[in-house]
Amino acid sequence: MPMAAARPRIRQWLDARLFRIRPREPLPVRLGHRRIFVLPTGLGLAFAATLFTMLLASMNYALSLGYAVTFLLVGAGFVSLHQTFRNLLAIELVSARLDTAFCGSDAALELVFVNPSGRPRQGLEVSERGSLPVRFDIGPEAAARVVVPIPAQRRGWLEPRRLTLETRFPLGLVRGWSYLTPPARALVYPRPEAPVPPLPADSETRHPGTLGESGEEDFAGLREYRQGDSPRRIAWKLAARHGAQLHTKVFAGGQASSLQFDWHALPAGLDVETRLSRLTAWVIQAAGSHVPFGLRLPDFECPPARGQRHVDACLKALALHGRPDAKT
Amino acid sequence: MRRPSPTLNPAQGHWLTITVLVTLLPHSQHLPAWLSAICALLLGWRFTLDRGASRAPAKGILLLLVAVTVVAAVAVEYRHLMGKDPGLAVLAAFACLKLLESRSVRDGRSAVLLCFFLQMGQFLNDQAIPVAVLTLLGIALALATLAALEGGGPPRLLMKRATGLLTTAAPFMLALFVLFPRIQGPLWGLPHDAFSGMTGLSDTMSPGSIGNLVRSGEIAFRAQFDGPLPPTQQRYWRGPVLSVFDGTTWRPGFSTLSRTPPHSLSGPTYRYSLTLEPHNLHWLLALDLPRHPDGNSRYTTDLQLVSVDPVRERRRYQLEAYPAAIAGQSEPGHVIRRNLRLPEGRNPRLLALGRDIAGRLTSPPDRVSALIETFRRQDLQYTLTTPRLGADAADAFFFDTRQGFCEHFASAFAIAARAAGVPTRVVTGYQGGELNPLDGTLVVRQSDAHAWVEVWSATRGWQRVDPTAASAPTRIDNGIAGALPDSDALPLFMQPRMAWLRTLQWRWEAIGNAWNQWVIGYNDERQRNFLSELGFEIGGLGDLLIATGITAGTLIVGLLLWALRTPRRSDPLDRLWDRFCGKLAVAGTERPRWMGPVAFAAEAAMRHPRASGTIHAIARRYARLRYGPAAPDRRELDRLSNDIRRLTLK
Repeated sequence: MPMAAARPRIRQWLDARLFRIRPREPLPVRLGHRRIFVLPTGLGLAFAATLFTMLLASMNYALSLGYAVTFLLVGAGFVSLHQTFRNLLAIELVSARLDTAFCGSDAALELVFVNPSGRPRQGLEVSERGSLPVRFDIGPEAAARVVVPIPAQRRGWLEPRRLTLETRFPLGLVRGWSYLTPPARALVYPRPEAPVPPLPADSETRHPGTLGESGEEDFAGLREYRQGDSPRRIAWKLAARHGAQLHTKVFAGGQASSLQFDWHALPAGLDVETRLSRLTAWVIQAAGSHVPFGLRLPDFECPPARGQRHVDACLKALALHGRPDAKT
Repeated sequence: MRRPSPTLNPAQGHWLTITVLVTLLPHSQHLPAWLSAICALLLGWRFTLDRGASRAPAKGILLLLVAVTVVAAVAVEYRHLMGKDPGLAVLAAFACLKLLESRSVRDGRSAVLLCFFLQMGQFLNDQAIPVAVLTLLGIALALATLAALEGGGPPRLLMKRATGLLTTAAPFMLALFVLFPRIQGPLWGLPHDAFSGMTGLSDTMSPGSIGNLVRSGEIAFRAQFDGPLPPTQQRYWRGPVLSVFDGTTWRPGFSTLSRTPPHSLSGPTYRYSLTLEPHNLHWLLALDLPRHPDGNSRYTTDLQLVSVDPVRERRRYQLEAYPAAIAGQSEPGHVIRRNLRLPEGRNPRLLALGRDIAGRLTSPPDRVSALIETFRRQDLQYTLTTPRLGADAADAFFFDTRQGFCEHFASAFAIAARAAGVPTRVVTGYQGGELNPLDGTLVVRQSDAHAWVEVWSATRGWQRVDPTAASAPTRIDNGIAGALPDSDALPLFMQPRMAWLRTLQWRWEAIGNAWNQWVIGYNDERQRNFLSELGFEIGGLGDLLIATGITAGTLIVGLLLWALRTPRRSDPLDRLWDRFCGKLAVAGTERPRWMGPVAFAAEAAMRHPRASGTIHAIARRYARLRYGPAAPDRRELDRLSNDIRRLTLK
């Protein structure tokens, strides 16, 4: 087998056997001693070389205190290795949540680490492979919330690659690390076209192409809260006064007009991604102004509606359009 | 992915500055003054730089210029570059330059590594306790600096972290220090100045040479006797024997070495151990007449004990002394003739004095007695401050100035005795010594350096005569402080009225002696003895390496196990709840992490119907204590603890 072909397989084997990386492991994950790795850093190697020189010099000049200093520093090196290891040991990852994002931006991966011991954990860094690490500390018997930006480069389902939790505490001589593969997944929506192109003219709209914030926003009354209603429309003051039951404000005006975003109605020369970009931009625009809209894609159709749930469904359809993982 | 090293912040800069400062502090007394000044200047610059009060040096060029200048100046100062002193000087300067030009964390780390090396380097000059303490402080600072470069934090916390690290590292140091094989001797050629700066008697004696040595209060050696000490009059520590005289300087004569003593050993014996400070020459010091029972030293034909290698580190010897033994009755003719030879035309008046005595008396002992009597009558003054003497120094001393130190006395006596036909030689060494009442060691200082003569007769062999004793007998009984006139300025430590200071000094020196014996003098021999006292017989290097490995490994595993032990919950209520859940888990009912106490109790009670009442009671009490408004008090906790203890599950 040629070397180039063997390398990924060796890598896989190492990942599975040595680093014990599982495809997706259920939370909570506790960092046991078998999944913490320690190796000297560049500084650690330079430190060791310095100590070796010091040992040789002590031997040569028969310097008893030279030996003593060298051995004290050797001990300090070992203790710092142990402290690095202990700094990671028994940390628990209890929650991992990935936010949706638009293609080209960063998806926020929110991690919650718990330190069950009475010792503070300092100088921890977590990073997705290849990205800048995020530094944090956890107090004794406390939890820390860390947000790691995960670059969203393709639309569709985004799963963070393996995460590295590492530390060089206390002296920077040793790097201790552990790999984490939390089950977090989120949709990456197509990049919205900017600036937003004019909304399509539609027969169902009273004022084609014009969508003002005012005009539609005439308060029409209250109805009982239904799942999917935008939180912005909840009558919070009423809820505060009357307790449990939530009510949603209903507006007149926008009610009558609706928009239809149709894949097939777009200019013929556009490629797939540009079409998705434009449709996404329109969906966001319409959702922002609470105008009911419908969406038609080659393999998806949704009648005009409003509400967060509707918006999410449409964005999901746009994100997964033509993707092999659409069904999952 | 390689990221550029972050830049240093002012706090990190201050840490680095103070570390370099403390590291160089013990060096400064051995560095040339101009270099210390440059280092201080560079450190000051760095300090103001971090305060934002000055500008960084233009990258590279200026520093390169300074570096080249310093190296050149060091080369001029020491007249060479390869060696201990210039090496340390250059490293010290480089540490300061590195500090000044450090911009990134990476630069700072290299400066710290350089500091570690310099901290070891200062032991080349001095291994005393104060230096060791200062070095320990330097190491703690250097580690705190590394911590500051890694993450930072308040200074107190970083210092605490560093000292904690060192405390935990202490067992490693102790184990490695005791067990790591000590390889004797240099691994490669030592620079010729490796052992410079050692004081002690020299191989020759000329007017003024001992007088200069006496001004030093440094310890020459220490002796510890098994049993009683010899009387003061017998404490003549014999050093170099000088039998060749050129008119000004006495030099050693040729002698051969043998492994067995060339003299008979009889009479009373004193056994003692002697710890000699290094002097970079071969001679050892011993009471007459010496025997070195199990050492690898040699005896010369003129009764010296010499070491095969130069004494370059503090050494300890087991010795015996036979003060009543007689040596040299059958000296060969050439030795006799050598000890009668005098340069013609030098010191004519002493020559005449000797010949006059030879004309009046025939037996050598009578001639010696007559000479001692002459010395006594001459009314010579024993003083450290001798006037200038001319070319015939011995003549000028004896007949004109009549003021001199022991080397003048010994030289004049030897010249006169040789002129009188008595074979005579000069012996240098130390006389006396002071008992440290705290640890019972006899401390002999450079200020006890002395010179006397030995005269030969066929019947009694070589016999010691101390011409100084003839004119200043108190020198021998009371030491130098009692013998010198009050007008002579004695070093502070020798002044009699400073008694309390002496007590303090004794105490300090007793500690110093223990330090020297056990820490600094810990070599391969001591290592073997110490380990065999503990019951381990060490065969060779391999045994030691294995022992070192096992001990270090045990310590590392110990640390690991300590880290792995389950951390104890600090909250007593949590601990009780954990115990309860643990008990149920053992019985097969594990609590999912998300399940609250009451829901869990309901499930557990279903699985263990017999204990259902207790389980519910425990869970309710826990929930009330945990989530209720009042903080749990002692009694409630005890009750919960009792319930959990009594809980039995099938």
